[in-house]
Amino acid sequence: MDVLTPRSLEQALRLKAERPDAVPIQGGTDVMVELNFDRARPAALLNLNEVAELRGWSRQNGRVWLGSGLTYAEAMERPLAEALPALAEAARTVGGPQIRNRGTIGGNLGTASPAGDALPPLLVCGAEVKIASVRGERIVPLPDFVVGPKRNVLAEDELILGVSVGGTESRQTFMKVGPRNAMVIAVVSLAVRVDGDLRAAFGSAGPVPTLVRAGLGDVDSFPQRVAEAASPIDDVRGTASYRRHALRILTRRALDRCLV
Amino acid sequence: MSEATVPKLELGRVGESLPRVDGIPKVTGEFAYSSDLQAAGMLWGHTVRSPHAHARVGTIDISAAVGMPGVHAVLTHEDIPGEKRYGLEFQDQPVLAYERVRYFGEPVALVAAEHPEQARRAAERIRVEYEPLEPLVDPERATEAEPLHPDRPTMGHGYRDDPRPNIVRSLVIRQGDPAAEGDVAVSGVYEIGIQDQAFLGPESGLAVPDGEGGVDVYVATQWLHVDRDQVAPCLNLKPEQVRIHLAGVGGAFGGREDLSMQIHGALLALHTNRPVKIVYNREESFVGHIHRHPAKIWAEHRASRDGRLVNVRVRILLDGGAYASSSTAVTSNAASFAVGPYAVDNALIESTCVYTNNPPCGAMRGFGAVQVCFAHEAQMDKLAEALDIDPIELRLLNALGPGGSLPTGQTITGTLPVADVIRRAAALDVPEAEELPRDPMRLPGGSGNTTRGEGVRRGVGFAVGFKNIGYSEGFDDYTAARVQLHADGSATVHCAAAEVGQGVANVILQVARTELGVRDVALAPHTTATVDSAGSASASRMTWMVSGAVRDACRAALEEWDKKGRSLEVDVERIYRHPRTTPLDPETGQVTGERAHVAYACAAMRVVAEVDVELGLTRVVWIGTAQDVGHAVNPQAVQGQIEGGTAQGLGLALMEEIQTRDGLITNASFTDYLIPTTLDMPPVVSELIEEAEPDAPYGVKGVGEPPTVVSTPAVVAALRAATGRELSRVPVRPDDIVGL
Repeated sequence: MDVLTPRSLEQALRLKAERPDAVPIQGGTDVMVELNFDRARPAALLNLNEVAELRGWSRQNGRVWLGSGLTYAEAMERPLAEALPALAEAARTVGGPQIRNRGTIGGNLGTASPAGDALPPLLVCGAEVKIASVRGERIVPLPDFVVGPKRNVLAEDELILGVSVGGTESRQTFMKVGPRNAMVIAVVSLAVRVDGDLRAAFGSAGPVPTLVRAGLGDVDSFPQRVAEAASPIDDVRGTASYRRHALRILTRRALDRCLV
Repeated sequence: MSEATVPKLELGRVGESLPRVDGIPKVTGEFAYSSDLQAAGMLWGHTVRSPHAHARVGTIDISAAVGMPGVHAVLTHEDIPGEKRYGLEFQDQPVLAYERVRYFGEPVALVAAEHPEQARRAAERIRVEYEPLEPLVDPERATEAEPLHPDRPTMGHGYRDDPRPNIVRSLVIRQGDPAAEGDVAVSGVYEIGIQDQAFLGPESGLAVPDGEGGVDVYVATQWLHVDRDQVAPCLNLKPEQVRIHLAGVGGAFGGREDLSMQIHGALLALHTNRPVKIVYNREESFVGHIHRHPAKIWAEHRASRDGRLVNVRVRILLDGGAYASSSTAVTSNAASFAVGPYAVDNALIESTCVYTNNPPCGAMRGFGAVQVCFAHEAQMDKLAEALDIDPIELRLLNALGPGGSLPTGQTITGTLPVADVIRRAAALDVPEAEELPRDPMRLPGGSGNTTRGEGVRRGVGFAVGFKNIGYSEGFDDYTAARVQLHADGSATVHCAAAEVGQGVANVILQVARTELGVRDVALAPHTTATVDSAGSASASRMTWMVSGAVRDACRAALEEWDKKGRSLEVDVERIYRHPRTTPLDPETGQVTGERAHVAYACAAMRVVAEVDVELGLTRVVWIGTAQDVGHAVNPQAVQGQIEGGTAQGLGLALMEEIQTRDGLITNASFTDYLIPTTLDMPPVVSELIEEAEPDAPYGVKGVGEPPTVVSTPAVVAALRAATGRELSRVPVRPDDIVGL
């Protein structure tokens, strides 16, 4: 297995075009699990850790730009955590400190798991994913980016540059249910934002994290609407009926938090 | 350096909180675990395992694997030079499957290659012809199904003759009048899921051929000599040609009593004449060892109006999985302790363990007492409610103690301060509820940020439990220790006791220093090569047994020195035995001699939990316990055992369960088999009740298991108090709390 380590974004895109079979790796918290369990043996890894353009975050015209190399630990730090509190709360639920130091937003988008913790907060904040290849750049709204369980719209020569999100400083929160009090994959998760309208996005309750919207007048019926929008399954982590039930409870509590 | 800053060098005798000898290397990462072993020219072994829970095995075609790059050996059952089956107590488990596989993950073939990846790739090329059979997965139907072991390997060992198919053992204990009526009766059905030992160090070891036909196996295990006695016949070697050496053990909890890679590694090493290392990955580890028996328990308690137990009737069904392992002893323990540490004149207890195609079960911390304690403590709370008596009062009223007897008819001759542990645990101050708002980390749901206090109810639970110390029912259990006194006044102790993290290395050193009166005592490597058996690091027995053996060997060595003169080297070995036990009567379940169990230890525990009743999430806030520990050899180590054992019981109460579908394990990872983190486990306030056990050296007792026995029911009792729900199954799922 080759490990390709570009030093710039330009090099990274060129390498990805030359070696479309190279699996991008940043923190490695998903990719290395697959390798260690012998579930994947890619011909090459594209190590993005040395690409400075993918790191950090910035404010841009009232929105926030998050580089794909932004770690969960960075998302928990002020002032970013104050601008995007739901994302910070979601980041806090990811793994242990070591995982949060390594895992990245870009990795969460690349893996596109129904349980990806960063995805519900990004969905309620209107995230747009910026993608690039040697052919050029394109912007895809997050709901269109994730197309199925662990599937996204990336072409084989494309890389995720980052996401642009709005909704900064709005009332928002994130909650995640697991059978222990830290270090769990979400049985079900929920982000809610109240800012002119009601927005909720859930994880682990359907094939993809899903956004639900309603008007401010629909506060009372919103928990039920969110639960009904879900299409959960029974699996080793929980039952479909519990997931639906929990979504109702979480949505009501989240609205209480955001409407005070 | 001023005098005050010079650390005071204690002698490190019995009774001192001496820091563990392996503590610093373990914390700094320098400690070599069995998976860290290396040898020049070493090959990597890999095990091919059954993807089926039950199948007939046809031809095994290894031809494509043999010629693969780096591959040095591909072995099947046909390559086993000796016995084709082994077992801890009954030889019912194939070294490598032939004719049929009986559980998911059963070993079928072996590969040795220069790189682990090459071994895995070769393993993928082995073609095994399976004819899948209907797996027997419902233990309640096992006695009506086709026998999985037509030769009935556990029959003819003095157990009750039960002709039904798939019986590992059934035991009936009848005492007094099993039909006796009380004024009040409560009943319940309880279920316990499959718990895993979930040790962090996976099964691993290194087998090294000695060039003379024999082999040295360095392995993480719990009983070196019984490993040797199982390995040698399969290799067709004499016991002394197989030497088992203890490698660094990353946790055991019963899961290393049965063999894992020992025979496989030795077969590959002898076949290739190269050292062979085998390390299971996490997924493989979940199928690579036995688990705690899942159980279903039907219980009825009858009592007089004033709260005295009149009659306890319990039926216990244990799922032993595909092979016997130590199931017969677990069956007996479950029966012996089914009533709990309470006096009752009349009892009818039926305990049955069956073979199925589910994951094999065997020893795990608490060994049969865990399952029944969950049931009898729920029953005691139910009874207290039915009688409108305080649950702690009810327990005190019925508490067993010295002079009392068990349903087996055995009189308690040693210490068993049940009433004392109840009173001391009940007297611990329960903390006030913390005010809101709080950091979410201090609420149910923790980092998940699911509540700011909404839906949160507080509950306090209480439980009492007990368990035997040592091997039972006539087993000739002993421990050897060998002491060398050197001319310079220092000493070396040889003992094959497995240090599995419980702290036995310190016990050995502390006893030797106490007896010899010198600080300079070295502990030789734990091995079968230089000393006789120490028995198993199991059954809360090791502290007691090792204390006796090391004490006796030290005293004999000093006597020898006095005779010979202190300028000479002295080298003596002594064997220690605990008081003899005898079997239970196969028909009545009553003792046939003075005792079937050696001794007992008990614990009481109080738990405060907060439960989010709308989401079914829990935060255990506080745990206080009082435990009967005998004379504590190392009080700090005792507290460590109490904390660790409590965490393991809390895990069973709240989250730990191996899930299966048609006998296949569906959550073989630490992503989906959850064990408690520091955010799930509160600090433990522990009171040590130090009553000297009259039959034991220095008055010691084992301490590792009682906390695990008692913490599961104590946690669930707190959940019941918070939710008002019956919660008759562990682990308690969020759905059970919410009522879905």
